[in-house]
Amino acid sequence: MTTTPLQLVCPAGTLAALKAAVQAGADVVYLGFRDETNARNFPGLNFSREELIQGIRYAHAENVEIYVAINTFVEAGRPEPWHQAVDDAHVLGADAVILADIGLLDYAKQKHPDLRLHLSVQASASNPESIGFYHQAFGIKRVVLPRVLTFEQIRDLCRQIPVETEVFAFGGLCVMAEGRCSLSSYVTGCSPNMSGVCSPASHVRYQQSGGDLVSRLGEFTINSFPEGEAAGYPTLCKGRFQADGEVSYLFEEPTSLNVSGNLQELVSAGVSALKIEGRQRGKAYVAEVVSSFRQAVDALAGGRSFENHHLGDLSEGGRDTMGAFKKTWR
Amino acid sequence: MTMTAKTTKKTENAILTLGPVQFNWPAEKRRDFYFRIADEASVDVVYLGENVCAKRAPFFDPFIPEIADRLITAGKQVVLSTLALVMDKREQESIRELCLGNDYLIEANDVGTVAMLGTRPHIVGPFVNVYNEGSAQTLVNGGAQVVVLNNELPGTTIQSLANNVPDCAFEVQVFGRLPLAISARCYHARAHGLHKNSCQYICEQDADGMAVETLDDEDFLSVNGTQTLSHAICDLSAEIHEMMEFGVRRFRLWPHWVDMVKVSSLYRQLLDDEIDADAMQSKLQSVAGFADFANGFYHRKPGADHITSSKKKRTE
Repeated sequence: MTTTPLQLVCPAGTLAALKAAVQAGADVVYLGFRDETNARNFPGLNFSREELIQGIRYAHAENVEIYVAINTFVEAGRPEPWHQAVDDAHVLGADAVILADIGLLDYAKQKHPDLRLHLSVQASASNPESIGFYHQAFGIKRVVLPRVLTFEQIRDLCRQIPVETEVFAFGGLCVMAEGRCSLSSYVTGCSPNMSGVCSPASHVRYQQSGGDLVSRLGEFTINSFPEGEAAGYPTLCKGRFQADGEVSYLFEEPTSLNVSGNLQELVSAGVSALKIEGRQRGKAYVAEVVSSFRQAVDALAGGRSFENHHLGDLSEGGRDTMGAFKKTWR
Repeated sequence: MTMTAKTTKKTENAILTLGPVQFNWPAEKRRDFYFRIADEASVDVVYLGENVCAKRAPFFDPFIPEIADRLITAGKQVVLSTLALVMDKREQESIRELCLGNDYLIEANDVGTVAMLGTRPHIVGPFVNVYNEGSAQTLVNGGAQVVVLNNELPGTTIQSLANNVPDCAFEVQVFGRLPLAISARCYHARAHGLHKNSCQYICEQDADGMAVETLDDEDFLSVNGTQTLSHAICDLSAEIHEMMEFGVRRFRLWPHWVDMVKVSSLYRQLLDDEIDADAMQSKLQSVAGFADFANGFYHRKPGADHITSSKKKRTE
């Protein structure tokens, strides 16, 4: 693995994306199994056991690690798919599993004491006591921080916890605390925590209404686009709604998180790894984003400046934000 | 919770609880609300404290001892509830003071607060994710006596938990707008062109949350500062007896700016079999009909759905 101040943890929803990420300079590729045990449970995406074997073989040959996200919450009375996922990730040689569920962490620790456990962002662990609990009870080695903290809060946190921290650096931005949002299930019956999906495509419809293109999720209108305005995907929290007599993007505009310009602040804060969101993305996107971040991280390590002009084009709606990293976002 | 084996009326030991106020009611109004609850409401347990925004707590906290005394004198159990999203030192310290500084039972709404309480008996609140037996058992082993379940859990999950974790009492949210999400960002402030830091406590304007409508004027959500709730009011009056059969004995009402004494009295009558669910719902409509009722989550449907008995197809 390249020695850099920030490990680059990159997404893959397919074997092709995994290879693209490895070639573009990933230190780690994270992925999930093709079922409800992971938080990107989308049709046609993710890995069979056989594909994981191939992926691990490919990545390990290039000194790249593989993390398996098993980060939905175990269904009561039916733990088998989640237990099997942990067992298989272990036996097939994953370098770590990323878990959120307290019961599943307990299972993994008891059953596979040598398996490296990371705490998923879905656990919403945002303070030292919470992270300390998961460390003490289950021996987690790393926490993926929820996208609710400022640079300053991350710096304070890193000083107080005995585990590594990984933060989201680029891609989709949950504006609600992760793992604590039932908006999608309120509208569609499918939840990130239970089904591994948010605002699923199976519940999306586009309708023509007058001159407008209306996007709907379940029974609710999420947005409406006049002719000439590009229509975005109706992710619930990125919709346009009415409140207090005003129409607005009440929760957040369609935008992507991008902290590529602030990597030094993350290093200074004590962050160990950068996570790039996007297991649902194609290999070209993965290659472009990973390669940009590879250059940025290497430039930082070499004390060079680096300006990336391509990442903005890859953002949702062509816009990006620093999200909660900046206090004024709140 | 101890279940009696003898044949008694099945509803005998049902506990009705009043969850903490989610909204930013002015402190004096909130105090008066609780005084009336102490004197008149048919609830057994009352949760006090702030779940949503740390900025609100200093206004209400000074009133808590007086309110707690009055509730206890009236025979009610008092539980102090805590923040759901804890992000900085000040918030941590205020929770630590609360946990260490008194003998009340505490409801922990963040895993960090669970950790602070150590092995001291406590309640795990609805903002900590407990979806299965393994999680519940781990928390019970750590000192949790009661787990308040996440509102998106279906009846089958509630049944499985109640059956398989006998040394834990589960509490189910049966009335009120459903807390659906919490954020670092304040949407009340954002809607008024403000930031969280300079919010002017604008959330105080909306006693039951700020209505959010879709672009085609449909009622959708309700914003309460950093929290987003359903627009619809959850009502599980038609499901409550089934949950009793599962072994659930604790049912939570969320406070709203309606006559909560009447609301609690209706649920009490329902639990005591003095009124059936249909009659109860029509009376509830007249007391708390400020939005539609919903019960979809319980039936594995979208939470906004309202499944009436003719549409129910539950397989046991």
